[in-house]
Amino acid sequence: MEITIRVNGEQVVRDVEPRLLLTHFLRDELRLTGTHWGCDTTNCGACVVRLDGVPVKSCTVLAVMADGAAVDTVEGLAHGAELDPLQEGFVTCHGLQCGFCTPGMLMTGRALLDRDPDPSPQTIREAISGQVCRCTGYENIVRSVRWAAEKEASKEEVTP
Amino acid sequence: MQVPAQFAYEKATSVDHAIALLARHGPESLIVAGGHSLIPMMKLRLADPSTLIDINGLTDLDYIRVEGDQVRLGAMTRHATVLESAVVREHFAILPDAERTIADPIVRNRGTVGGSLCQADPSEDLSAAFSALRADVVIRNADGERVVPVREFHLGPYETAVAHGELLIEVRVPIRTHTGSAYQKIERRAGDWAVASAGSVVSLDGDTVAEAGIGLTAVGAPHFVAAEAEDSLRGNPATAEAFTEAGRIAAEHCAPSADQRGPVDYKRALVAELVTRTLQRATARARGEA
Repeated sequence: MEITIRVNGEQVVRDVEPRLLLTHFLRDELRLTGTHWGCDTTNCGACVVRLDGVPVKSCTVLAVMADGAAVDTVEGLAHGAELDPLQEGFVTCHGLQCGFCTPGMLMTGRALLDRDPDPSPQTIREAISGQVCRCTGYENIVRSVRWAAEKEASKEEVTP
Repeated sequence: MQVPAQFAYEKATSVDHAIALLARHGPESLIVAGGHSLIPMMKLRLADPSTLIDINGLTDLDYIRVEGDQVRLGAMTRHATVLESAVVREHFAILPDAERTIADPIVRNRGTVGGSLCQADPSEDLSAAFSALRADVVIRNADGERVVPVREFHLGPYETAVAHGELLIEVRVPIRTHTGSAYQKIERRAGDWAVASAGSVVSLDGDTVAEAGIGLTAVGAPHFVAAEAEDSLRGNPATAEAFTEAGRIAAEHCAPSADQRGPVDYKRALVAELVTRTLQRATARARGEA
């Protein structure tokens, strides 16, 4: 079946089997391997991407279900050479060690900040509660998101 | 790597189109809504539809609105929308209580009210909450619509009143005055299925329980209802003792199975405690105290 998806702002057209999962479509068809394929059972959240802006677990969405939609992956977060403030936050606050969960954490964190520019640590913890990190104990991820929230707030203050 | 077996895929563009597609593709075709139960089952080859009919395009079934003395939720309303709805929170605190415990926020972005009910998993939370609320569901087929009480909707594990060629389109929840509700779930870890859950709805007439609704999940209660416990409360004073007794009765009459989530006596003990606590919280909310 032919599908058309806007991936990170760019329209792609592919002929796919209906049973192809979105995560494999991104990784194997488009070679966008930033989206990780983790538990395969909707638990770990390593495969989170944004589907029309909404974070979803791409191991549990068929590629054909995304036909006509916009999909954003971790590859689309940075603006050229300039990292997204959330990515900077992860670098600055050691929001990752092995990095396996990071793409999913970034996509959920970005969606959270877009809705709620000043989330409390508790709100951040709830937002990432469907995602597993085995390195950081989550503390540094929460700090990273807070760091980005504060950076974005301070940016807005100086720009009239 | 988990891969579903091959299937044909159709995108429904309206409710009538979905029903026509079901008729055209026969009894081996299935509707997919959020897909967060069905797709995992297909990956495990526990479900093997010949054709998958995608109703995610039916955004006209994604709504929460007040009509008369009911709140109506469209079948394609996502869990996240229910959790955030001010209308739902105002009238039925039991629903955000329950929604907060369903899977995780990312899954709730995708999973739907209609899909959860039609999946009819015996451990599903909204089934218990809607049973406690005495909601109705609207089922559409080629000939028209019918309204079925939620308490008659579930025919058994993974079986509902929705026949092939039919589509659940709406849930209707009655708004009652002097009423409060609450839900509580015990799970092994965040986002897991319930070890046991209870939801209570209490309507007061002064200090008397005018009507009570008690829903249970994961413990083998017929239609997710603790009917005997409800009977013990109706028309009697709303006291802590009555709620403890209702919990005891609910625990006695439910039929949990021993599994990796715990033995039978543990689950009965949970039911007793959760029923008592949710009755107390529902009553406090009915009195405007919580």
